[in-house]
Amino acid sequence: MSISDSNIRHRSSLRFLFAAFCLLLAAAIPSKMAASESEEEGLDVKTIIFEHLGDGYGWEVPFSHNYRIPLPVIICAEDGSWHCFSSGDLAEVHSVADPESGKTKAHRVAVVKTIGDGSTASQFIIGNESSAHKDKLVQIFPLTPEEQAQVDAKVAELSAAGNYNPAKTSIDGFIYVDGKYYREYRPFDLSITKNVAALFIAAFLVMFIVFGMGRYYRKNGLKAPTGAKGFFEVIFNFIYNDTIKATLGEKAPKFAPYLLTAFFFILVMNLVGLIVIFPGGANLTGNIAVTLVLALCTFIVTNVFGSKHYWKDIFWPDVPIWLKCPLPIMQLIEVFGMFTKPAALCVRLFANMMGGHMIVITLTLLIFIFTAFGVAATSASVVLSVAFSIFMLLLDTLVSFIQAYVFTLLSTIFIGLAQAHEEHNEHPAVEQQ
Amino acid sequence: MELFTPETGLVIWMFIAFILLFLVLAKWGWPVIISMMAKRAATIDQGVEDARKAKEQLDNARAEAQKYVAEAQARQAEILREANKLKSDIIEQARAEAQEAAKKEMDAAKLAIDQARKEAELQFRNEVGRFSIDIAEKMMRSRMSDDKAQTELVNKLLDEIEKN
Repeated sequence: MSISDSNIRHRSSLRFLFAAFCLLLAAAIPSKMAASESEEEGLDVKTIIFEHLGDGYGWEVPFSHNYRIPLPVIICAEDGSWHCFSSGDLAEVHSVADPESGKTKAHRVAVVKTIGDGSTASQFIIGNESSAHKDKLVQIFPLTPEEQAQVDAKVAELSAAGNYNPAKTSIDGFIYVDGKYYREYRPFDLSITKNVAALFIAAFLVMFIVFGMGRYYRKNGLKAPTGAKGFFEVIFNFIYNDTIKATLGEKAPKFAPYLLTAFFFILVMNLVGLIVIFPGGANLTGNIAVTLVLALCTFIVTNVFGSKHYWKDIFWPDVPIWLKCPLPIMQLIEVFGMFTKPAALCVRLFANMMGGHMIVITLTLLIFIFTAFGVAATSASVVLSVAFSIFMLLLDTLVSFIQAYVFTLLSTIFIGLAQAHEEHNEHPAVEQQ
Repeated sequence: MELFTPETGLVIWMFIAFILLFLVLAKWGWPVIISMMAKRAATIDQGVEDARKAKEQLDNARAEAQKYVAEAQARQAEILREANKLKSDIIEQARAEAQEAAKKEMDAAKLAIDQARKEAELQFRNEVGRFSIDIAEKMMRSRMSDDKAQTELVNKLLDEIEKN
């Protein structure tokens, strides 16, 4: 008994050590990359963080910083023509020999994509630091003489100020590529970026899960599922029976599909975002566009299906007459509240998820920041930051559930409030009078 | 801050993805699960209700059985008591009858004995009478053997008669 007991404990501690070793190894691989980066131009923490939080054309191949899985780029150029090409055409990986060590090193550089030829050719490039649209696709045009004069004047002005670096200084409306200025135009961009692709993956995952559950029920009838399906059912029950049904009552079946879709979509996006490498790694719910759409949907559902009483409460609330009659004070507040509620939903989810991602990345970056202080500091910071990162990731897993739940709960409450009828909301004191 | 400005393309794609996902799941996904869960909840409720009813029935049946047993026991006791009573009655009756019969027998016997005694007494009396006559005869005979005695007796008897 005691032997097997200690055996198990021994094995589990071995497993823990192995896991810790793997994590350290995983942390060490990017550290080599980042270290080489920092040798070149110093560690640009801000760029790295924003690169991880933001969107991109193409999806990083696991454990490689330079190679991307190409994704389709769909854009409407300035002349109104639509173009679709692979994002692989927008960058090339060059092997550069390091003059000191003699090692060759892969280096990713943006290249100009030219469609068509001659004077009708359209040229596109991913915006560099001199562009107003950094990391976004821009269409570039050779300068006309007037524009050239405008740019020259601006350059002269900046040079006089003394802080002019053509590769980094942004001149509004122009971009500096390969020693030349071009006029830039941000086209209407419907590209399947990393985030859009991740969106579709998340949507398919949700569909896969839900249809999987449906198939299970159709096959097994009323038998209770076990394992992952049982877990799904627990969550489903929690959301549907304990939240939606408890709040909306007999109106629950009408709004449940929207609320359930929102919950599971947010949950899957949150969790997929926490996975570091390819199908995951896209910071979806930490992107304000995604949460904006979700909040907008709640806004639409709340107001489109709002009851008469809901609208009466906004435009003629039960308050002393001087608060609403000559000056529409209450009406202003109520209408303002209509918009702040979904706005709070949007910002809450966005800020929570983005904050979580940011903290994890920052903790990981601590390793590379501390490399400057020698081996001892590096090894200590590796242990510490890996431990903190694991803790933060676990916390983020919890936050993923909580935020998906909070979004659904608040949406349910907003919809439920908009469904209220006279008799539900009547103040007991008013009734007595 | 690029983080805080929503990208138009992503907004459009998100809208498309979310609406499509919602439509597909609202049509084919959630209703199946919701109805199944409702059905299961109803089945479980029904099962609980059935179990409660079955238990109630069982309890009722048990109570009824106990009632029957108690009733049967009471009846048994009553029957036993009745039987006891009957038994004692019968015994009593028998005894009375026996006594009566015995009395009758005794009476008859007494009567017979009386009869017999009376007969015997009569017979005895007759016997005694005969005997005494015999004795008297004999005595007379012996005494009358001499004249003197005879005269004496005759005198005596005559005296007696005279006295009377």
